[in-house]
Amino acid sequence: MNFLADFFGDASRWSGPDGIPVRLLEHLEFSAAAFLVAALIAVPLGMLIGHTGRGALVVVVAANAARALPTLGLLVLVVLLAGVGTVLPVLIPLIVLAIPPILVNTYEGVRGVDADLRDAAYGMGLRGRQVLFRTLTPVALPLILLGLRLAAIQVVSTATVAAFVGLGGLGRFIIDGLATKTYASVIGGAVLVAALALAVQFAFLLLDRVVVSPGVRQVR
Amino acid sequence: MTQEPLVRWDWIARNWANGGPTAISALLENHVVMAFLPVLFGLVVALPLGLACVRWRWLYQPTAALMNVTYSLPSLVLFSIFLSVTGLTRSTVVIPLTFFALAVLIPAVVDGLASVPDPVRQSAVAMGFRPARRLLRVELPVAVPVVLAGLRVATVSSISLVSVGALIGQGGLGNLFIDGWQRQFYTPIVVGIVLIVLLAVLADGLLVLAQRLLTPWSRARRAA
Repeated sequence: MNFLADFFGDASRWSGPDGIPVRLLEHLEFSAAAFLVAALIAVPLGMLIGHTGRGALVVVVAANAARALPTLGLLVLVVLLAGVGTVLPVLIPLIVLAIPPILVNTYEGVRGVDADLRDAAYGMGLRGRQVLFRTLTPVALPLILLGLRLAAIQVVSTATVAAFVGLGGLGRFIIDGLATKTYASVIGGAVLVAALALAVQFAFLLLDRVVVSPGVRQVR
Repeated sequence: MTQEPLVRWDWIARNWANGGPTAISALLENHVVMAFLPVLFGLVVALPLGLACVRWRWLYQPTAALMNVTYSLPSLVLFSIFLSVTGLTRSTVVIPLTFFALAVLIPAVVDGLASVPDPVRQSAVAMGFRPARRLLRVELPVAVPVVLAGLRVATVSSISLVSVGALIGQGGLGNLFIDGWQRQFYTPIVVGIVLIVLLAVLADGLLVLAQRLLTPWSRARRAA
């Protein structure tokens, strides 16, 4: 607990270019950027594959491969290959990591919708696209949100490791603290990242409450 | 400056088993131990805990919530927190990874036992099976596919996550990433990634094989 008092009690931690507010903002910035790009790629793709049933193998393979890929190695390799200095190369591994959970859950969600429901929608005269957006998507929404939540948490976590290759963000406190054996900084940074991860988790639970139709929630 | 090739095979040949602690084979061995122990410990703890959650349903919600929270914490965060308790030892990696494995395995055990069809359970009771024997001979075998699915996820993530431990000096093959980064040298990084993925694929394959051996009836049913 002394570590925490040392870290959070130090006024200089709260201002300046390497203060907590700036680091938090940096962390949020590139996490959000990577997450948004991944979501823009994976959600439409997952919906398309789930709806048409084509390319399901891609989803399965991507899911398994992503779990095995070591984040740290991927990050280091991409940054070495692309050159240090810009943020963009660091975003690539984050995006690559975030795509599979979104893709898999969106696909499973859309594909898993009750066949009777799908038939009923067609029976009512809806066309393919309308069935997808008006029937399948709302019913699949809880699973799609779960995928987005898992991806967001993974991005926030991995962005911590990215401090090792020179990125800013909350990981700096941990990595720099480890390098200089300042454990107050390591523990303080760890607590900050943990709090952020929990906040993301909580935000998605709230979002779930707001956007999922009450009827769908009841069935679950 | 000459163009550095992505992989320098002579470096691999020289460093595969050079006798030192940084030999690739030594790192690989370390990696396997640090990835395997958490899954083993996780399974040993998850089975009784999962059983307790099925027996007393009110236990499940809080347990699941706690595990959910644990799982959302970045591995580096847990490693750093444990660093101040366990120091620079393997335990600093193994203990947090055990929690991650638990977070996957407890729901798998609970879902697995819940997936046992009621008629199956009733038949076992009707045949005079006592609860303990029913659990061992009927319910657990039927639950095997779901538990093993969880075990596969836990094993593969564990193998991948160990490498983050390199940041606190205990990462097995992950140390190759640090080495490669510090020397701006691609080969160790590529070797590390390839070996970790191969290890994960191998472990996953062994678990699939184990599932086939443990549940011969599911194949018979598919053939019929």
